[in-house]
Amino acid sequence: MSQTAIIKTTKLSKQFKKFTAVHDLDLTIYSGDVYGFLGPNGAGKSTTIRMLMGLIFPTSGHIEMFNKEFQHHREFILGKIGAIIEKPDFYNYASALQNLEMLNKLQPRQLHKNQIYEVLELVGLKGREKSKVKTFSQGMKQRLGFAQALMHNPDLIILDEPTNGLDPQGVKDVRDLILKLNKEHKKTILISSHILSEIEIICNRMVIIQKGVKVVEGYVGDLLNHNELHVSFEFEQGKDVRAFINQHNYLQQKLIEIVHERYHFNLFNNEVAEVNKLFIENGFGVKSMIPVRSLEDYFLNMT
Amino acid sequence: MNLLFLKLVQIELMKIFRKGRSYIGFGAIAFIVIVIQIALYVDGESYLDLGTQSLKESFTFQGNLLNGYLSVYIILSSLWVHIPFLIALVAGDLIAGEASAGTLRILLFRPISRTQVILAKFSAILIYVFAIVVFMAVLSIGTGLLIFGEGDLFVMKDMIYIFESTDSLWRILASYAFSFLSMSMVASLAFMLSSFVDSSQGPTIMTMSIIIVFMIISSVDFSIFRAIKPFMFTSYMGAWREFFTDPVDWQKIYKAIIALLMHITLFLGITTLYFRKKDILT
Repeated sequence: MSQTAIIKTTKLSKQFKKFTAVHDLDLTIYSGDVYGFLGPNGAGKSTTIRMLMGLIFPTSGHIEMFNKEFQHHREFILGKIGAIIEKPDFYNYASALQNLEMLNKLQPRQLHKNQIYEVLELVGLKGREKSKVKTFSQGMKQRLGFAQALMHNPDLIILDEPTNGLDPQGVKDVRDLILKLNKEHKKTILISSHILSEIEIICNRMVIIQKGVKVVEGYVGDLLNHNELHVSFEFEQGKDVRAFINQHNYLQQKLIEIVHERYHFNLFNNEVAEVNKLFIENGFGVKSMIPVRSLEDYFLNMT
Repeated sequence: MNLLFLKLVQIELMKIFRKGRSYIGFGAIAFIVIVIQIALYVDGESYLDLGTQSLKESFTFQGNLLNGYLSVYIILSSLWVHIPFLIALVAGDLIAGEASAGTLRILLFRPISRTQVILAKFSAILIYVFAIVVFMAVLSIGTGLLIFGEGDLFVMKDMIYIFESTDSLWRILASYAFSFLSMSMVASLAFMLSSFVDSSQGPTIMTMSIIIVFMIISSVDFSIFRAIKPFMFTSYMGAWREFFTDPVDWQKIYKAIIALLMHITLFLGITTLYFRKKDILT
């Protein structure tokens, strides 16, 4: 079955004077994707997203969304998108409700006031509807950002670093919300991040860009399973872990370093559970096991 | 004009009138008008004596010279130079203020065209300017007539004009109407500068600087400035005074109206063309 492309960019480029922010970028995002847009800070993620939202004009290349050329169908396309672009900025002198009411007036599918209340409840701002935005924490502003992005029931949701400034519970809530929107409401989602683990948890497909150029694009499972994880183990006191490792060639080969009683191994995805089992079966209490895979490590593996 | 555009104008008006800086103009005008009226009430007669001293040697004045219309004329003369700064404070913030706050971004990825955004913002600032001018007119005429009552308007320019009470009010109202056009031109300049930068103080300061420089050049009669004076909008902003001559120099007034309208169109045109292609980076 052929998939429908919701976003398709062809040789998309953006030049700022002598600096090339994005170069010949080809992206294809299909209907139903949770698509991770990954790259270190300054890689060109936000510039690309701004071009997709019509905030920045490409120097060359094409953007097609919902099977229409963006340049000629800008308003139609933007009516089908909800977005958070970088940090969520609002009219600080107005309340959360007033901000949403203002933006609601500009949408083709307008909500009634009680529906706006429902959206605010969905993002966890119930009870703060009439508070001025200037009294909000960064996390609350981020939630309000979600509310404005979702309130007109868009088909495509674009989120630029959506977990920035959120506490761990907030990050989890955002992840759950994204997965819910995709699974239950069939929304296509493009999410940019510089945190690989975040993309790994949420997305089915991803692209990595660096210095404005695409490094790799594909299914998350396919891309990440080919690479080794850097896993840090911590053990309970008592038995001599070092001696045990020295007795096993396999573990010796996989051990990278020992830092502050933490044993760092280089393992493939399917080896993590086996190594854990090996330690437990031999009477070692595994206190913690943390996969550490930075984007930089991934880049090194890719190149 | 479609419904979406009207909603946009309504939103822009809401934004203007929810900001504290938008009321600085109203506050300043109210303060100055009241202070001038009080000063005239306390010291008006001696002020008038000073102005008419030489004339009183040859003529006898009868009736109420210190009246509401004279006070309005004095207020108009004092304020038309300073009101532009109050207008620039708000108009200069309209685009640049939103750019620096990051809210321009959230507005521009809605399904509306940038031209509509610009025209809505411009319509809103014109309504704000109208409100400022009407406020000033109502306050100055109202308090003037209330404190000093009606009377013939005595105006000293290159000649002495004395307008009957019945002939004064329309001249004052026409001057205020002309002031609305002048201030709209100032607003369009500040608005244009606001589209060029992403900091709200910049356009206000730039507008003030341009007006001050132009006013100085307009008032200095050097031959090298004569060639450029027709192209400077400040040369036309003082044409409201022509309503206080007899007969009224309509040619001069029409010329000033056309020049100001051309400036407004030019500034708005540049703003629209520039903003339609502007990369929003904030």
